[in-house]
This record gives sequence, structure tokens and C-alpha cells, in this order.
Amino acid sequence: MPYLVAGSTDQWVRHVEAAVLGGADAIEIGIPFSDPMMDGPVIQAAAQIALERSTTFESVCGELETLDVDVPLIAMTYYNVFLHHGLERAAGRLRAAGVLGAILPDLAMEESNPWRESAGAVDLATILLVAPSTPADRAHRLAQASEGFTYAAARMAVTGVARDDGDAARVVATIREASDIPVYVGIGVSRPVQAQELSKVSDGVIVGSALVERIIGGSNVADTESFVRSFRDALDE
Amino acid sequence: MNNAARVMDTPDERGRFGNFGGRFVPEALVPACLELESAFREAWADEEFVEEFQSVLRQFGGRPTPITPLRRLSKQLGLNIFAKREDLAHTGSHKINNVVGQTLLTKRMGKTRVIAETGAGQHGVATATAAARLGLSCTVFMGEVDTVRQELNVFRMELLGARVVSVTSGSKTLKDAVNEAMREWVTCVSDTHYCLGSVMGPHPFPWMVREFQSVIGNEAARQMRELAVGVPDFVVACVGGGSNAAGIFAGFADSSARLVGVEAAGGAAVRSGSPGVLHGMRSLLLQDEFGQIEEAHSISAGLDYPGIGPEHAHLAEVGRAEYYAIGDEDVIGALKLLSESEGIIPALETAHAIAWIAREAGGLLPKDATVLVNLSGRGDKDVAQVRAMLSPS
Repeated sequence: MPYLVAGSTDQWVRHVEAAVLGGADAIEIGIPFSDPMMDGPVIQAAAQIALERSTTFESVCGELETLDVDVPLIAMTYYNVFLHHGLERAAGRLRAAGVLGAILPDLAMEESNPWRESAGAVDLATILLVAPSTPADRAHRLAQASEGFTYAAARMAVTGVARDDGDAARVVATIREASDIPVYVGIGVSRPVQAQELSKVSDGVIVGSALVERIIGGSNVADTESFVRSFRDALDE
Repeated sequence: MNNAARVMDTPDERGRFGNFGGRFVPEALVPACLELESAFREAWADEEFVEEFQSVLRQFGGRPTPITPLRRLSKQLGLNIFAKREDLAHTGSHKINNVVGQTLLTKRMGKTRVIAETGAGQHGVATATAAARLGLSCTVFMGEVDTVRQELNVFRMELLGARVVSVTSGSKTLKDAVNEAMREWVTCVSDTHYCLGSVMGPHPFPWMVREFQSVIGNEAARQMRELAVGVPDFVVACVGGGSNAAGIFAGFADSSARLVGVEAAGGAAVRSGSPGVLHGMRSLLLQDEFGQIEEAHSISAGLDYPGIGPEHAHLAEVGRAEYYAIGDEDVIGALKLLSESEGIIPALETAHAIAWIAREAGGLLPKDATVLVNLSGRGDKDVAQVRAMLSPS
């Protein structure tokens, strides 16, 4: 599952289509926020570019409506963006734009009920994260409460690029003890060989910074397609 | 006093002060916040810990700080003004109270390193100081803009053995230093405590920092009785995140005193903000129509923050405290006023509170009203900046 920052280039919707052509199972769409606490330098920079290009929640939803792809779209942003828009309105707008799920990394489970109610009312899945620091009993509760899939953070870090698999195997195993919900691994997954290794213990990987870095560096949609295909091929091997 | 009736009480289990507060953090940090909450709850109920905290503040922190009647200023303004002298505490501001508490707690939790954010540098210097005293490793995150306008404080922190990281993301000020400290904390939470500098952030920080700072208000209430003044008509403090204000308000929240917080006009979260979620808390924030956080702009780095502690948002909402804004243009005058009339050079942050008193004398402050102002910090750190502003080249 590739991750892109909406609005980070005027071609971002074309990059989403290219990622689908390259074999993505789903696409995670980052809606930019001014203070992305869980993001490393690459995604911070992309979010800043997107905001400078006047990207808003509404503009992202509007552009997503023009998109014709047959894989699930998942939105990722920070809670204040939805809160400010109004939780019910935000959930409804996302769903109308074809989004099936949302990831809010700063919305801890204990604070998530108002959002989950609004999202649930329009069948928008709320995807929860489990971190390496999460104790087993809490991980079990998170896995049981997560909808669509569970996001396993491979390491104690913000988004970025890393070379190893971190704690992914342990985090995924803990989630599996409590639920048979699909588990996707993210945070630091940047190379096809990592994806291949991680696919042995999980249902998929989320590749963010490595792709975003290319896109804000000026790579074209064909590059995005072949980048995603390199992961697809590694996973299918 | 009946606990249930306290205005500034322990927040509920979700860390709420009325509609504000809470814990809006990435899952990776939730266990650390829970650990900290339980460690603080136990420590604060442990007489030995409280005694150690108080004894370090006495022997190292320079407490109790005195109350000074501001006689010449009082005469000039037609008021009866008393100053709580946090500027005389070790490291030159109230920040030492909080960091002594949090570093003792760091040791108690078995952690060996602290990280901190800083705006003006006062909290960074205080953290570096308290860390040096306990042999803890210390890293301070400071916005690049602030490292320039407060370069002496950068050097002070380095002299104290701390590493200072210049933050170049976003607006390159306090808000971004907090973001960067949070990001760092995710990577090192097992051995590192995040020594947050104000009554903000996720639960339990707003509550814990207020408790450590309440020594200001408790001391002041006792001292005002000893001076035979008793409860003042007004208690006034500047507010960025709001730790010095929370500290002094805590001693008077259940009294008849009117509580006044003075924000910088360019960072006036109560006057100009709206409810939102940032840095782990639901509070009042400066934000645009899309929920993007706006940059604060203030002459003083310590008030250059687009939010306010959640308990202040609550006190404002229920009407127990009032918040007003002072523009940059009135701050230098107030700094000169206090310097020349009383022989005390206040920090630029503190000068906002003085400016409000000077502005409202005879207005919101009736003639001969008794006013207790928290002199939260001394102005040494700002002298170069003030000189540059007073001598246009």
C-alpha cells in the first residue's frame, strides 16, 4: 500500500493512478496538516509544499472524486483537520469522495469514540495503529477495535526510511493473538527486499517516505508506477 | 478545604479540565504517558518525594522567593502592587520549579535522559541545570529563530552540558520545537523522559506541571497573609502555555481574587483562538478556517505559542479567570517602567503582565486595588534584544 501526500504536486492524482497501475492493493492518501507530529522530514516537507499550494481537506476530496480506480482509498491525517471540519461532515465527505477508511495517528484509542461514531455512521473504517511499545493486552484491544486492517508500526520512530525490519514480526504476532484482521506493516519500509521479508509475517506493507521523497523530488508518474511495481514483483515472488 | 469544591482540581481520569485537555498522542507514546501518570500520582502522594522536591527547591532553587511591594510603581499608578519574585529563583525564572520536580521523577522512573523544548530558552536552561544536578543526559530542542534571538541561552545550555538541537521545520519557533521533541521522544521513550516546560501537552503534563508550579501560589498566599495584606483583589500573570500563571492561580483559585492572564496579542489563544487539538491536548488554538495551526508572533519567544494550556481554556470558559492581550508595542515601555521605577528588569514575557497593569490602572483596576503580579522571570536574557530595539540603526 503506497502512501502519497495529496497536493504535494499538481500531478498527485496521476501518481495515485500510476501506483494502482503498478500493482498497489490500496492507496493511503495523506491530507496535509501544519504540525505532523508522527512524520519525519520527508513527509513534513511534502505536507508543507501541499499547504503552500493551498491544499485543503475539501480540495483533496474534490480531486479524489475525479479519480477512477478500483482499489480501496484510505485517508491519513491528523485529528484537528477533521475536528475543525466537523466530525460528521468530514466522515461523510470522505465517504462521498470514495474513501473507505481513515488513519488518525494522533487520535489515541481512549479519545476516539466521537470520531468512530461519526465514521461508523457512514461505513468509514477507522484503522488503529499498534506500536512496539504497546503492551500485549492493549495491542489485543486495539486489534479488536480496528476496522479494515490493523497498522503495525515496525519501529519506535516517526515516518521515514530504515534498512531493517525493526520489531515488525513481534508486533504482528501480538496482533494475531487477538484478531484475524489483516495486518499491514509500516514506518521505515522503503525497499522491495524489506517488503518481501515483511510479507512473510504480515498481509502487506505501507511504503510512504521512500515514494514521497521521489515525488517531491520531481519524479514522473512512470517512475511511480515502476517504483510500486518493484514492490509488487517482490511481494509476488 | 473540601477537595470536591476546588476550582483547580485534579483532572478526571482522561485528563480533562471541563471540555479541555485529554491525551491525543500517537499510540507509540500512550504507554509512556500512562507510565508517567502513574509515577507522578504515586510520587505526589509520597511524603518522602514531596519533601525531597521541597528541599531541593530550598537548597538549590532559591525558594522561597520573596514578595516585593512595588511602592513607587504603586504610587505612580494609584494601585497597591505586590510582586512575587520568581525572577530571583535559580536560573532566573519560575521554570526551575517544574524541572526540579520532573527530573526527580525521571530518576524515580529509572530513566537516564531528558529532552525538552524551549522558546525563550528559560525552560531549556532550567532543564539543563536540573539535569546537570542529577547527572542526567539532556537534549534541548529550540526553534532556529529562537536560537538566534536567544543565543546566550543556547550557550548557557551548552555550558551546562546539554546538547541544543536547532529546529528548522515549520515556523522554526516554540511550536515546532514541541513537534520535534515529541518526534524524538517516540524514538527513545524507554530511557528518556520528555520534560515538557508548560501546563500543556497530553495528560498528565498539564496537571503535573501545574502541581509542581503551585508552589508559587501557595507560597504567595502565605506571604500575603504574613504581610497582613491577605487576599489581593487581582492576581496577574503573563501566559504563553501558561505555567507561571497556573502556578500562582493555584494559590488563589478558591479565594475571592480575580485571576488575570495576559497573552501576547500575536499569540492570544483565548482572545483569538478556537477549540482544537494540538500537541496532545484539546485546547484553544490559533488556527485558520481549515484547521491548520497558525504561527504566533510575539516580541517574546516565550509567548510565541499558538495555543494555551487546557486548564486555562477551562478557567476562561467557566469564567474563573480572565484573559487579555498586550501588543508588542506596549512591552518595551513596561519593561522600562518597571526597571526605572523599581530597579527590576523583567523578562519580555513578564513585561506583558506589567503592561496590562499599567494600561488598566484606573480602568479594570480600580483606584487603590491590591494587585499581586507574578514576576515570572528576569530580563537579563532579553537585554541585547531590547538594546537593539531601543537604538534603531
